[in-house]
Amino acid sequence: MKTKKLLASLTLAAAAVSAAIPVQAADVPAGTELAAEQVFRRGIGSEPASLDPQKVEGTPGGFVVRDLFEGLVTQDGDGNTIPGTAESWSVSDDGLVYTFDLRKNANWSNGDPVTADDFVFAFQRAVDPATASKYGWYMQIPGIVNADAIIDGKLEPSELGVKAVDDKTFEVTLKAPVPFFPKLLAHYTTFPTPKKVIEEFGDQWTRAENIVSNGAYTMDKWVVNERIVSKRNPFYWNNEKTVVDEVHYLPIVSQTAELNRYKAGEVDMTNEIPLDHFKSLQKNIPSEVRITPQIGTYYYTFNTQKAPFNDARVRKALAYAINREAIAKFVVGQGEKPTFSFTPDSVNGFVKPDLDWEKISQKKRETEAKRLLVEAGFDKSNPLNIELLYNTSESHKKVAIAVSQMWKQTLGVTVTLRNEEWKTYLDTRLQGDFDVTRAGWLGDYNEASTMLSLWNSFSDLNDAKWANEEYDALLEQAKTTLDEGKRGLVYEKAEQIFAQEMPAAPIYQYVSSRLVKPYVGGYPANNPEDNVFSRDIYIIKQ
Amino acid sequence: MLKFIIKRLAVAVPTLLVLITISFFLMQAAPGSPFTGERNLPPEILKNIEAKYNLDKPVWQQYFLYLGNLAKGDLGPSFKYRDYTVNDLLEQSFPVSLKIGSVAFLFTVVIGIFIGTIAALKQNTILDYIIMALAMTGVVLPSFVIAPLLVLIFSITLHWLPAGGWNGGSWEYMVLPVTAMAIMYMASIARIQRSSMIEVLNSNYIRTARAKGLPWKVIITRHALRPSMLPVVSYLGPAFVGIITGSVVVETVFGLPGIGQHFVNGALNRDYSLVLGLTIIIGALTILFTAIVDILYAVIDPKIRYQ
Repeated sequence: MKTKKLLASLTLAAAAVSAAIPVQAADVPAGTELAAEQVFRRGIGSEPASLDPQKVEGTPGGFVVRDLFEGLVTQDGDGNTIPGTAESWSVSDDGLVYTFDLRKNANWSNGDPVTADDFVFAFQRAVDPATASKYGWYMQIPGIVNADAIIDGKLEPSELGVKAVDDKTFEVTLKAPVPFFPKLLAHYTTFPTPKKVIEEFGDQWTRAENIVSNGAYTMDKWVVNERIVSKRNPFYWNNEKTVVDEVHYLPIVSQTAELNRYKAGEVDMTNEIPLDHFKSLQKNIPSEVRITPQIGTYYYTFNTQKAPFNDARVRKALAYAINREAIAKFVVGQGEKPTFSFTPDSVNGFVKPDLDWEKISQKKRETEAKRLLVEAGFDKSNPLNIELLYNTSESHKKVAIAVSQMWKQTLGVTVTLRNEEWKTYLDTRLQGDFDVTRAGWLGDYNEASTMLSLWNSFSDLNDAKWANEEYDALLEQAKTTLDEGKRGLVYEKAEQIFAQEMPAAPIYQYVSSRLVKPYVGGYPANNPEDNVFSRDIYIIKQ
Repeated sequence: MLKFIIKRLAVAVPTLLVLITISFFLMQAAPGSPFTGERNLPPEILKNIEAKYNLDKPVWQQYFLYLGNLAKGDLGPSFKYRDYTVNDLLEQSFPVSLKIGSVAFLFTVVIGIFIGTIAALKQNTILDYIIMALAMTGVVLPSFVIAPLLVLIFSITLHWLPAGGWNGGSWEYMVLPVTAMAIMYMASIARIQRSSMIEVLNSNYIRTARAKGLPWKVIITRHALRPSMLPVVSYLGPAFVGIITGSVVVETVFGLPGIGQHFVNGALNRDYSLVLGLTIIIGALTILFTAIVDILYAVIDPKIRYQ
């Protein structure tokens, strides 16, 4: 028996929709005079790997794809999940079957209606080995029925647990209840794709002359390594509330070049700010420097398979001896927040764990670090030697030098720095050929498991090769804990174990920092996934 | 002469083949794969991706597959830009590099030879010193200094020209990149031309011509200019290839969609097929222009005759 039951968090989201209309569109304050020409030009960092929702990876492609396509749900300026192409949804009593009601007026840019079949097609396509999607695993996170076996080539994509009940009703069946499933659907891998167009044009369907999309925009021009231009999709269900007519996405790799083009007035919003210009920009144009905390952590991973890093005391000593405040403030200094938990507090609904090592002063932490290291058998007569691996970059180098100094001064540890070019570094890390390595992680969705699942003993991302049964069990428990508050407590316990075992030393939380011209209205102040939707932007008359 | 050209072309094919072979295996030997990222992929996903790009086959088999496709003119799919084949990417980017490179080259040669000659004729005068000081500055200032400097002056301060972008190649978008590219080569050419011209002017046949009482202008244009250009011409072949392919810095600073950006990104992303495609193009161009230079030699200097 299936009764419709909205989850607490979703009721909140729905309430938000009805409270402020329109939430999911440019919300222009009364009295604002809009510019005659509504063109928004943004830097996106580099050339997108793809604009196909099931093939794209990385942030640059994400920026464009989120404007061109719209999934079942989307996000507001604070990163809350709000209805997208689906107007509403419900879940069966056992938490396994989700039913999404698509908007009657949701259309593709060629005027065709968006149907449940389009979602069925897209979901199947994501797990189909023939698509060779790098994000196929994303369908495995909520455990959509048969996703694993299809990716493994054991079942046909048509066996995936998705169904078009009718043209406007889409159904997904999960193996086990995953209370945050709707949140996951803001990710581009789950966006619908036009079956007919893909069948007609194959790999070339994303070219400007072929593409059909269902988001607020549709692509007009694509010059690789120069710019992508998108124009308003006149058939978008909320087109009336969209203000910007044309969006230019500029894949400018060099941060300095991007800054120059911002200064020359050719870019309205940059992707980043060069580290060495940050202080002067903040002094000279403070209102244009926009900093938003991100769901992401910068950390040092210990190789727990290798002595002496298989000893939690050594790992803790090293983690304690890092002065995070100093690194966040003086070494990186773009508003990053020092962190002691692996999950950043910018995660929606995350209960900040009460960690002992966070509460004491840095001085006390250092004393404790010394004690732990001596206990583990290292002192002046038997000093600890460490090789610290990081990928070549000015900023990683600065952090590595600072940390190695802290380790040397506090613990007498000798550190050898080893920097490698990005792909070489990834390979070294994957092979486990390191003592301690720099790493960073940006969450894929706005829920603590996007961070904490890294440290599952079976996770492909667990470069520390750390395994803890209790930790694994807690994460399993969290998956099926429907109540968000209770789930938060489970995550807190997991964080406590992490702090006790310290497979990695969290250092700071990432922020996105960029320059935004004063005439750009609607910039999301607080979306921790850094999702800036052009449909929310408006250009003010200067 | 015809025999010489045929011979040169016959040598080009095995040269290219050696180049492709070495590059192919060197790329494979580089640590890391096109598909590694901050997120380590689950093995079953990686398996599907590698199967799609034939990377699950033994390396020698991949090599022959590649050669087979290459014979058909197919450079394969890009491993990084999944919506494009390497042919697509080169079709889009090569004309951009060619256009900007050719314009820069034209300026470089004409102005470089002209000022180099002037400096030689006015040897050890103020004019010579000024030209050579400027040329020296041009040689020592790398393009990653010149390019941002031009942007600072002409785009940010004066707002005369755009700071970057291509816009289909309209002239205002070309001025700064062309200038940045031309300055360095122009300076080198001016210096080579100057010393070569001075040498020619001191040679016996010029002395003879002067003794005969030929007007100075005729001596320069009819007798001195052509032989004095020989060193410059031998420099032009590699310079031309360099200017249209190696403008990595200029393309990055100005955000131009040419092949220079592909080269750097391709190598960093381990986009094997893209890097190989570019290597083939650049290799072929280098061979072609070295041959052209050799032919030009014969045209300019009647003493050189190829057997």
